[in-house]
Amino acid sequence: MDATIARRLLPLIGPVVFFAVWYGVVALGLVNKVLLPSPLDTVTFLATAVAKGAMVVDIWATFLRTAIAFLIAAAIGVPLGIALGASETAYRSVEFLIDFFRSTPSSALIPLFLLIFGITDANKIAIAAFAAVLVILFNSAYGVMHARKTRILAARVMGANAWQIFRDVLLLESLSQTFVGLRNGVSMALVIVIVAEMFIGSETGLGHRIIDAQQVLNVKDMYASILVTGALGYLLNIAFLVMEKRFIHWSGK
Amino acid sequence: MNEMLLPDIEAATAIVHPSLPIQLTRSRTHITVRGLSKAFDGVPLYQNFDLDIPEGRIVSIFGPNGCGKSTIMNMIAGLIPVDAGEILFDGKTLKETRIGYVFQQYREALFPWIRAIDNIAYPLKRAGMGKAAVKARVDELVAEFEIRFDLSRYPYELSGGQQQTVCIMRALAPRPEVLFLDEPFSALDYEMTLFIRDKLQDIYLKTGVTMVIVSHDLEDAVFLADKILLLTRRPTRIAEYLPFDLARPRHPDSMAESLFVSTKARALEIFQREVKA
Repeated sequence: MDATIARRLLPLIGPVVFFAVWYGVVALGLVNKVLLPSPLDTVTFLATAVAKGAMVVDIWATFLRTAIAFLIAAAIGVPLGIALGASETAYRSVEFLIDFFRSTPSSALIPLFLLIFGITDANKIAIAAFAAVLVILFNSAYGVMHARKTRILAARVMGANAWQIFRDVLLLESLSQTFVGLRNGVSMALVIVIVAEMFIGSETGLGHRIIDAQQVLNVKDMYASILVTGALGYLLNIAFLVMEKRFIHWSGK
Repeated sequence: MNEMLLPDIEAATAIVHPSLPIQLTRSRTHITVRGLSKAFDGVPLYQNFDLDIPEGRIVSIFGPNGCGKSTIMNMIAGLIPVDAGEILFDGKTLKETRIGYVFQQYREALFPWIRAIDNIAYPLKRAGMGKAAVKARVDELVAEFEIRFDLSRYPYELSGGQQQTVCIMRALAPRPEVLFLDEPFSALDYEMTLFIRDKLQDIYLKTGVTMVIVSHDLEDAVFLADKILLLTRRPTRIAEYLPFDLARPRHPDSMAESLFVSTKARALEIFQREVKA
């Protein structure tokens, strides 16, 4: 009984130690208070900023941009990836391009996107979508290509034609890998949206809020915004894990 | 074309007395392999290979490592293309023949996204059977196999033996003319091996379906077989095509009978000769 409770509390140790060290460092005056406020002050600030609604606007703006960019990326990346994965020749012919741009930090392309889209919301969404689409596409294609050979043979021996093999085996077989792509894609979209909000003129968003707070040395706001951004990324990840568990019940089994 | 391959009398027997026991109505050759050639990376595995697999019999394939025992079966089942040669089922092509196939890796052969029962129904749906007919056939299989576990579970929720049972039911669902089994026991423990072996014999006695079994275990290869096909090293030829006429049903005790012991010893002797060759 005690052991199970202890086991349940185990994941809390990390955050507790983290906040304790943070608190200790500030209380002992090891770091300049201007650069690092105490965790209590930060969390209090966070709570009031959210309660007053000022931060909610920024959270919502960032979330919306990430969500739109992600949906565009998924709408293009999943079907295209599955189609490419189904045809090895097609995939091989574009493999280098995909790998090249997948290895290129998308932030390097921000100036290019600025030329095309200007300083607009569309720009931030476009570059985030671009970054996410490659991750999603690659994973979906990979999922189809690495479908269990035995399963494909089994379907064929049972009289399934090429289309039925695709629909009944390849598509389902690729779903777990597609979910890996979607999960990484949404994280990637969030990263790029935050960067874009910082450096491409923006009135809203958590990235904008973090850099604004930093420039006027409102460190409490800065740390609070960083915590919220982290929480947003974490929750998106969790949401996809839950969805995967719910829909791809066979994943990893 | 069909009749040309059959002696007239036997063909007539089959047509006039369809109710006769299997042994009497179906003594003709079912699968004929003629002039089969297959090479991998330029190295010949089979060259001008001929083989007859009699209908309504169980044939086990056994041989040294790398002799291509699975390859020959997979070529007959159409999973691997042949370089040259002709494979006919009572004169028909593979396309015109209903076959079932049981894989060694049941975990990778079943569809984990659908329930066990839907796995069994899958080939029936593919064959265009209506919902009611599918259900009737699946119910029939469940009764035949005396299934005592829950088929509405997903494959990954079942034990290894249960999963392989589901695989066999799935392969048998469309009433195949030939059932191919690729090392069906090698991923199972001994208890499950005995159980599945018994089930296969049951099904064989009830349906008389032709079975081709690839095995790397001599005991398994001999136990179920009417004929044991022993292969040489590559380029592969037939070393010996041993008959094994022990009465059915065979039980685990049958393995102590002198015919079983002597046949197994003979097969082992040929195998060892071929391994050294």
